[in-house]
Amino acid sequence: MESLLLSLVAGMSIGGAAAYLGTLMLSRRMALVAGPLGHLTLPGIALALVWGLDVSVGAFPFVIAGVVAIWWLETRTKLPMEALTALVFSSGVAVAFLLLPMEQAETALVGDISRAGLYGTALSVVASLAIVVTLRRAYSKLVLANISEDLATAEGIAVRRYNLLYLFLIAVIVALGVKMVGGLLTAALVAIPAAAARNVARNLEQYTLGATAIGVASAVLGVVLAHVTGFPAGPLIILIGAATFLLTLPFAR
Amino acid sequence: MTNDGEPVLEVSDLKVTLEGQTVLDHISFAVRRGEVWTILGPNGAGKTVLLRALLGALPYRGSIAWKAGVRIGYVPQRLPYIRNIPLSVAEFFALKSNVRSGVDELLRAVGLGAEAGKRRIGDFSSGQFQRILIAWALASDPDVLLFDEPTAGIDIGGEETVYALLAQLKRTRNLTMLIVTHDLAMVHRLSSMVLCLNRQAVCMGPPLAALTPENLERLFGREVSVYEHKHE
Repeated sequence: MESLLLSLVAGMSIGGAAAYLGTLMLSRRMALVAGPLGHLTLPGIALALVWGLDVSVGAFPFVIAGVVAIWWLETRTKLPMEALTALVFSSGVAVAFLLLPMEQAETALVGDISRAGLYGTALSVVASLAIVVTLRRAYSKLVLANISEDLATAEGIAVRRYNLLYLFLIAVIVALGVKMVGGLLTAALVAIPAAAARNVARNLEQYTLGATAIGVASAVLGVVLAHVTGFPAGPLIILIGAATFLLTLPFAR
Repeated sequence: MTNDGEPVLEVSDLKVTLEGQTVLDHISFAVRRGEVWTILGPNGAGKTVLLRALLGALPYRGSIAWKAGVRIGYVPQRLPYIRNIPLSVAEFFALKSNVRSGVDELLRAVGLGAEAGKRRIGDFSSGQFQRILIAWALASDPDVLLFDEPTAGIDIGGEETVYALLAQLKRTRNLTMLIVTHDLAMVHRLSSMVLCLNRQAVCMGPPLAALTPENLERLFGREVSVYEHKHE
């Protein structure tokens, strides 16, 4: 019972924060970036599982290293970002399968939030809240930079600084997300609630509130359903999100 | 805040290099308060690059000196990503940190109804969206407006409305304007000064003096002669 409660609290925080950040990533056509970054965390997850650490703690250095590697390679070559992302993340997956204990593979790939524990849950809640608070303060500026970096510059916004903050928030949410949905499904965690909310939202307020609500609700339903059925929570959370998206389709604007 | 005739912008020996290519070179000019400058040139001449350098969005060599305290409004050519976001017009204005006038009043000033504030940005035509962008730039009560191709993507007939709107803004707000365009009509309708740009300044001055047939030929090359050919 205690583990269910902890899973619910951790799931709600991560699901809500990921969905909120997802509203920005979707508008910049960057929602899929969270996918490769999630895959990249697999070696970190593997190490965390081997050493008995919190999965997010293992994942975080790897996602940061991945962001830096992609950024660095981009300044060194003329290759498009997606080619570099493919190079970096597939190397990450390859390394993971050398390190990963096979009996733990499911936890690494699709997550296992029931293992969260008190310490892990506290970490998730604090980090998720920090993301939400930071995002709320910076949201207008980030939206404007999403719309046009020139327009944001003309408004006196330090665009490079905000882009760095944005990348950092993505890295943190990916590291948190892998605990809930594993290294394979992080893109869905940010993309699906925002996509469903965009189908029905008439303005920015409805969009962000709607996405966050769908993120929280999917996590709650997924965790409860996992408790009842014995299936892993990660895939259930994603499928509930996908079903919500399908429900919003007839109302798509 | 500034007297007429006082320079609000002085550019000297500006050079912009992007990915090893010199896009702008030896550009010097001074804009005085109340002047309407057209920056005219063919595609790829570096017009938009010049605007972006003036905004501080690009690295450059040489100097760009705005008079201290001058407020700049920028009207971009198009914002392809904005339609990905469910955003009402009022929310778009709320993204701006220094709104000094009422949104409804601004929307009326550019010829949109006050109820436009509640509608989604994505529901407006490109011509109406252009007006929203102009109103947005005016919201911080700027001294100088920078326009990137105000008539691009506007259907024929709509151009007339854009000229009229800009002329009216000039009259009522005593704005200084820098307008990037390849539209010669814009020059004759509005400009007090023209800068012909093709990587370097090809000509500069009041339109009638600067836009001689020889200078136009140097600026547009065959583009203009082909255009004239069609009308024979």
